[in-house]
Order: sequence, then C-alpha cells, then structure tokens
Amino acid sequence: MRRPVRIGAALLGVVGLLASAACSAQPQAVSKQTIKIVYQKTDSFTALDKVFQDAKQEFEAANAGVTVDLEPIQANDDDYGTKLALAQRSQDTAPDVFYEDTFKVRSDVDAGYLLKLDSQLASWDEWSKFNEGAKAAGRGDDGSIYAVPLGTDTRAIWYNKTVLQKAGIPLPWQPKTWDDILAAARKMKAVDPSVIPFSMYAGKGTGEGTVMQSFYELLYGTGSSLYSESDKKWVVGSKGFTDSLQFLKTLYDEKLSVTPADALDSNVWKKVFGQWLPQGKMGATVEGSYAPSFWQKGGSYEWAGYAQDMGVAKFPTQFGQDPGGVSMSGGWTLAVGAKTKSPDLAFKFLTTAVNKKNALAFDVNNSQIAVRTDVASDPGYQAANPFVKDVSDLVGVTHYRPATADYPKISLAVQQATEAVITGKQSPAEAAAEYDASVKKLVGDTKVMQK
Amino acid sequence: MAVRDSFGRGSLRHRSPIQRSLRRRLRLLPVVPSILLLALFMLAPVAWSIYASFTNAALSGKAALNPQWVGLDNYARMLTDSAFPLSAWLTVVFVAVSAILGQNALGLVIALLMTRSGGTTASLVGTVVVASWILPEIVAAFAAYAYFSQDGTLNQLLGMIGVQGTNWLYAFPMAAIILANVWRGTAFSMLVYRAALSQVPRDVSEAALMDGARGWQRLAFITLPIIRGSVATNLMLITLQTLAVFTLIWVMTAGGPSNASTTLPVLAYQEAFKLGDIGYGTAIASVLILIGMVFGAVYVRLIRGAKL
Repeated sequence: MRRPVRIGAALLGVVGLLASAACSAQPQAVSKQTIKIVYQKTDSFTALDKVFQDAKQEFEAANAGVTVDLEPIQANDDDYGTKLALAQRSQDTAPDVFYEDTFKVRSDVDAGYLLKLDSQLASWDEWSKFNEGAKAAGRGDDGSIYAVPLGTDTRAIWYNKTVLQKAGIPLPWQPKTWDDILAAARKMKAVDPSVIPFSMYAGKGTGEGTVMQSFYELLYGTGSSLYSESDKKWVVGSKGFTDSLQFLKTLYDEKLSVTPADALDSNVWKKVFGQWLPQGKMGATVEGSYAPSFWQKGGSYEWAGYAQDMGVAKFPTQFGQDPGGVSMSGGWTLAVGAKTKSPDLAFKFLTTAVNKKNALAFDVNNSQIAVRTDVASDPGYQAANPFVKDVSDLVGVTHYRPATADYPKISLAVQQATEAVITGKQSPAEAAAEYDASVKKLVGDTKVMQK
Repeated sequence: MAVRDSFGRGSLRHRSPIQRSLRRRLRLLPVVPSILLLALFMLAPVAWSIYASFTNAALSGKAALNPQWVGLDNYARMLTDSAFPLSAWLTVVFVAVSAILGQNALGLVIALLMTRSGGTTASLVGTVVVASWILPEIVAAFAAYAYFSQDGTLNQLLGMIGVQGTNWLYAFPMAAIILANVWRGTAFSMLVYRAALSQVPRDVSEAALMDGARGWQRLAFITLPIIRGSVATNLMLITLQTLAVFTLIWVMTAGGPSNASTTLPVLAYQEAFKLGDIGYGTAIASVLILIGMVFGAVYVRLIRGAKL
C-alpha cells in the first residue's frame, strides 16, 4: 500500500519539478564527490547566494575532487518551501544541504527530510559558539538537533521621522498602547491626507508576512496566544483574537493603512520598502529587523538617507501591560538532507557555509541578528547599520511561531480572518467565530482549548 | 473493386480462426506505442491522483513519510468545507459564461461575419483574434493583469474620457477572469467554425434563400444543423480547456479576494501545494476530472446524434 504512494510521490515530484522548471538547469553529474546545495535566491535576496558562492570556492579549494553543485530556487518564501518539499520526495532530486525555514524544521523532521546531526555536532568545535536560544531553532520534537541556524530576526515599528515630525509627533516615537498608535496615525492623516499613516499587513496576499509582521504583534500583546505550548493545544475563543481583528478593522476602516485592494496584492511590501517609506508617503509600518538590508548599499531599494530618516520603535502591548512590547522571531537554518549519499561531506560543507566569515557576511548583508557569539561581538556586525542594537534588544520580548505540522493551515485560517475583516465581508466577531470553527475542523476538538 | 472484394473474402474464408484473430491483433500494433505513451503520461497520473485522494499524503509532517489510507475522508471533508461548494459553483459559472457562452457564441459570430466580409478584412480580423491565442498562457495572463489592474490600460483609457476606474481585479474578479478567458480563447472557436462553415454546401442555403428564408432562419434551420457535429466538438474542447484554466486566474487574482475567484484548479493547487495537503488536493482534482467526464459524455452523445 505504501509502495505506490512512494512511486506516485516520486512521479509527482518529477512533475512538480518539470512544471517549476526554475532549478536544475545544469546536467547533474552523478558522482559521489558531488554535493548538491539547494537554497533560495530572488531579485531582492542575493545575500545567501553570495555566501554559498564564497563557501563553494573555499570548500572546493580545501577538498580536491569535490564539486559543489549550487542550485538556487528563484521563488518567494511560500513557493520555495513547496519546491523544496517536492524535491525532497525523491532520492534523485533531494539536496545534500539546503536552506530551511525555522518554522518548517519540526514538520520536515517528521517527514524524514532532515538528517540528525547530533554525532557530527559533538565533534565540531565551533558549535559551542552558537547562542543557546538560537540552537533550539533546529531542534526536533525528539530533542535532537537537525539544523544549524544562520541568523534570526525580530519585528519592530519602522517609522519615517520626517512624516511624524510634520504631524507634530515628538521624536523618538515610542507608542505605549494600541491607542497611542491610532492617535498618532490620526494626527498624520489630519495633517496630510495623502500619506498612509500606519501600515499593517492583512489578508492572504502577503502570506506569513500578514501574521508575522502584523497579526501576532497584536495577538501576543493582548495576553492571548495562538497555541499553548504547555497544553500542546490551539487556543480558540479568546477575546484577544477578536480585539486584534478589531484593531485591524479600525486601521483599515479609517483609511489609516493601505487600501484593502493594495493589502491583498502579494507585492505590497515592495511598495512599502521601495516607494512609500523612502518617498515620505508612509508614516510607519511593522516590519522585520532585516528592513535595512533593502535600503543599504547593494540592497534592492538603495536609499542613502534611511539611517537618518528612519526610526525604530517596539510594538506596544494592547494597554501597555508587561512586558511593554511584543516582537516575533523567525529565521532560517541550514540542514543536511536525510537522503544524502555523503553525509560527512555535506556536513563539512555546512560548517564552511556557517563559519565566522560567512555568517558575518550573511548577517550584515541580510541584516540578520547574529546567532554566533563571535559574530555578535564583531565590530563589523555592530556597525552594519544604526539599528542593530535596537532590533537585537527586542529578543527579550520576542515570540516564536508554534512550528507544528498543523501550523501552515492555522496560519492560513488567521490570514483568512484578517482578509474577511479588512474587506468588510465579516465583523471581527464573525471572523473570529469562523476561525475557531476552522481550527476545530483542522486539528480536531481534542487539540483545541478555550481561553 | 469486385476482384479485391472476392479476393479478400476468399482468403479470409480459408484462414483458421486463430490466424484471423492474430491478424486482428497485428493490426493494433501500430497504435501500441501511442497507447503506451497515453497510459504512461495521462492515465498513470490520473490513476495516482485518484489513489492519493483516498490517503492523507502530505508534503511535510508524519503523513509525508507514511501516508495512511483514509477512505472517503477527503471527500467527506468537501461536504463540510465552505470553500468547496463556492469553488465548484465558480467553476461552473466560469465555464458556462466564458466558454459555452462567450468563446463559443463570439467565435461563431466572428466566423459568420468573416464569411461575409472581404478577404482583407477577414484576414485582418483573423490575425487580431488569433494573436491573443498564440501568446503563451503566462504572457496572456500578464497582459490581462496589466489591462485590468489599478494602474492598468483599462483605467488609463477610462481616465482619458474622464472616468475614474476602480481596481477591477479586486472589485469584479470573476468578470475580469471571464473576460480575459473569452479574449484568449475565442480564436479557437472562431477557427473551428470557419472550417465548419466552409463545408456548408452553398446550394442548400441558396435553395432556402429562394424559398424566402430570412438570414436568422437560414442560420437556425440550415447552417447550424449542418455543422452540429462541429459545434459539439468545439463545445467539448473549450469546456475541457476552460475547466483546467489555472495560470490565467493565478496570475490575475490568485483566487482572491477572499476566494471570490477560486475555481477548482486553484483550490486544488492551494490545498496540495500551499498547504501541503496532497490527499485533499488530489481529491478536489479527482472531482474536477469527474466533472470533465460528465461534460465529455454529454458532448460525445451530441456528436453521435449529429452523425446519424
């Protein structure tokens, strides 16, 4: 019964890869001394490509006879995950080393895609240089380590000082409650109706961006949460959930954020980074600590003035309750494929790619928060952009997504709820009720709790 | 003729039944490669899709490692999933309005007009209509997106006459994808009908003309019955093509806003690849195959009827 599924899965994988046709352009030399590296590359994300190019040279020079086959996948985060998963399904297409989103680690470990790295890590002297909290990102449910983190991130409010100044808001700005945000946004709107005062993502168009850079900042600031780690259950029926939707509704109804049509465009973030903030047409937005990577020299939306014009503030809790701020963290890792024919060689390459020099280059070029202590203390890292300290401090109030196998579906249900509210299709209470019903249907009544 | 006939029959009579059946089988030999290719590339994926729809196969998680047989669970889920009925309805609307009504009727009208117009006009119109059809689907989809989007061609044209356009893809997603599919697919129907109309014997309609039949009467009672077979074939082909339209919708609206343009192929893709639930995604795809087969059966009956 399982065999046909595997064969079929392989077929599907092949079909999927043919259809995507984005990767594997070069003929694959099947030799034991070739290792295949799969990772993401887009027009606005080339930092990792550069790291792998350097690591390839370094590694091939040190290991004669070994060819490193780099196979970047050109796709956004969602599609990258899909293509990677399809490639994992067949021995012939599975990578030896690959770039893996932290929130997919646990579910992909369950799927048998990731190689357990415990024994290799034990004899790797640099593993002790990784900070303990970050190591957890690569841990499976069984407590073993399956992936090595490259960097992490936090989320904060990024605001344009000139727009706020024009509205008479004292700088540096630090809202204490949700109402402070609304008050400031209304002031900006009153002074110049053409600016977008405070943008927060919503809807399915921006995918994980909607939840990571918008909804969870709200939800986790109400004292509620998405998932109870202690009970291992999904939370439904919380007042915090409805309040968070209500906040988004207020923002969109009063036209304090972008129009709903813009919000549903999956490319809206490009306008935020590339046009609205640099041109002073947007007051503030909630975005990742990696924001400067777009504006710094060599970024996709170079903007020399960002260091002076932009400010960063932490996202407040609903009524200013403890701990006074909210942030969300994600980040990416490198992992070794479970189907690799040369696990030792693959792991050796992985260690080259995350050595101090390469990790530093990645963290600086991609504005990541360092996970290696030696990188974090490097003067080059601290001077990378003026905001490194501010966003690194947010690690103290940050939260992580519940990275279970059910998570992607729950996340979509949340995105759906935000979309229904900002487009006026449902009231916050109706959308929250529908979310509760979907969660119960998705994970079963035994895995939810009322809170 | 007579000689060959008697020769053939005579030789057959002298052969044993084994020889005869062998001969019949040998006759199949030339089509074996195409049958094998069809089985490998068409039947096998369909069979796998149907098989997978009875499992909980997934892209990630435990079910990716060991998919379990779940029987009819995926199909039962469709009945309780609010997205599915909406999606099935949108698919029917999309096929009925853009293919059966739009492409089919418009194709016929253009073909009829072309038979009456001069050679230059006909070839000019033909070129313009066919141009949208020969574009690769992804290019046509981007062109349609660029036409209907907020800062798109349509709104610029409207702006010139002082009308403030809306974001069509957001305000009227179904209308936008239906118009785009009509624009893209009409050429096919037009070509089929041009060929069919050229087969209509002129003396028949001339005789009707002599009897005093008006234009629409000749169309309804003479031309259409004669080309009934072509109509059925055309309907079958464009229905199946339109049922499977994915790229056009994905590029233009991605199924949104709020599932307002999520047809079954888009829903199947979302479930299987965005959410990694291959079991449910293939179940939706299997339903789509079933709908296609129902349409196909109806049209095949129409074609048979036409030939009698």
